[in-house]
Amino acid sequence: MTATGASWGGTLRPVRAIGRSALSVVRLVGAVAIFAVRGVAAIFSPPWFPGQALRQLVAIGFFSLPVVGLTAVFTGAALALNIFSGGGRLNAEQVMPQIVALGITRELGPVLAALMLAGRVSAAIAAEIGAMRATEQIDAMRTLSTDPYRYLVAPRLLAAVMVLPLLTVVADIIGIAGGWLVAVRVLGFNPTVYIHNTAAFVQGWDVGSGLIKAAVFGFIVALMGCYHGYHASGGARGVGRATTHAVVSAAILIFASDYLLTTLFTHR
Amino acid sequence: MSAPAKLAWTGVCKRFDGAPVLDGFDLSVAAGRSLVIIGGSGQGKSVAIKVALGLLSPDAGAVSLDGRDVLGLGEQARRELFSRIGVLFQGSALFDSLTVWENVAFRLIHADRVPRRMAKARAVDALARVRLSATVADLRPSELSGGMQKRVGLARAIIGDPEVLFFDEPTTGLDPISAAAINALIVDQVRRLGCTAVSITHDLASARTIGDEIAMLQGGQIVWRGPAADLDRTDNAYVRQFVDGRPDGPITSAA
Repeated sequence: MTATGASWGGTLRPVRAIGRSALSVVRLVGAVAIFAVRGVAAIFSPPWFPGQALRQLVAIGFFSLPVVGLTAVFTGAALALNIFSGGGRLNAEQVMPQIVALGITRELGPVLAALMLAGRVSAAIAAEIGAMRATEQIDAMRTLSTDPYRYLVAPRLLAAVMVLPLLTVVADIIGIAGGWLVAVRVLGFNPTVYIHNTAAFVQGWDVGSGLIKAAVFGFIVALMGCYHGYHASGGARGVGRATTHAVVSAAILIFASDYLLTTLFTHR
Repeated sequence: MSAPAKLAWTGVCKRFDGAPVLDGFDLSVAAGRSLVIIGGSGQGKSVAIKVALGLLSPDAGAVSLDGRDVLGLGEQARRELFSRIGVLFQGSALFDSLTVWENVAFRLIHADRVPRRMAKARAVDALARVRLSATVADLRPSELSGGMQKRVGLARAIIGDPEVLFFDEPTTGLDPISAAAINALIVDQVRRLGCTAVSITHDLASARTIGDEIAMLQGGQIVWRGPAADLDRTDNAYVRQFVDGRPDGPITSAA
């Protein structure tokens, strides 16, 4: 190679690295999209496995109630304190119940419930399916004439999409209750007026938009767990890596889709 | 004239990260015969089986069952194909979340939609065929020893009376007595079903016991094939080195 060629090679190295990274991102997005389409198609075409879906409803929904409830109550309480002290600068402490309710129903309820599920459920799904991959259980399932997309992926996607809106309703109620508790016990608000103000201010769409977000987040949580678990490789280390990737990617996608959905909903 | 092939690999090539694992792999098994593929670790024995099962796509080549190509099958046709096949995986690959009988009857329950009570009766019968009592039926796989897990895996493979059985390292991880018991069960079941069997192993005692024929895989191709009795008589340099366990010879150890 000539000196000029070598110099060009050195100059182009970062460009090549950027190109490689861009291609790998495109490849990953394509692979996740194909996986998602196959998973969704499996929900709508037989054979179905209702027993598996029911089991996932309980595992994802019922057992996530305590963690979602605790997160919501403390967040509602902290939000009430922050809005009260911040509103005090504008002499607007009295709007605290309305802002707490709005913040919880539109944003914090669905996002926090989804993040809790990302940590608890995405990780569990990725670990379980990843271990099944590592021990050839998924291969065995295919040789037993059973499609893993139908038996493993579809029930988890369906359960998470159904359950996260329900958990969000619980988070909304408990979060607002947390705010109410602090407002009444610590800040001296009238309990009846607080509830009246909240109920009069919150509109159906405030709750509804949060529930739509929750359904999308539920899909993301289950999809990331299933995708990374299904493609785990390299034994126990690979399963650990899949679990981490599932949680991190689910959290990032939840925030990104939250922004996109909020933009969409505020411009409707 | 030789018997028509029940199962055949033709010119199969498979690369991983550019490195060839199977390189023009040709092999056929006649109906009712038991063929054992031997070879060192990383030589592509498991890959050959996974290609035949459609679990891995080859880069080139074909696999046929009863003369019919099995690689380009659709989902429904593949499901039907799998109903004629039984597989015992290396680590048994039992489903942790299910009981022993649910593992054995998995295909009956989920693919054939057999009522659970009937499926359980058939699973208990399959367990008896591998010398396991009905008392283990309601246990979880984690409550069984390695040898018992292999038997459960074997029961799952034979419950549908398959035409072709695949055994992936059937004795790996077992003590000599348990390994001998599994070998005896394999011979017994293959004979009883009259099926075609393809096994892969590097356990030569197992190969001699369960195989009518033995083929050696080296460098992505079959380098020797013959009756099991000829394994100790052949002067093929690859086989001699493998059987004698010598580090020097045409095979270079990857270890």
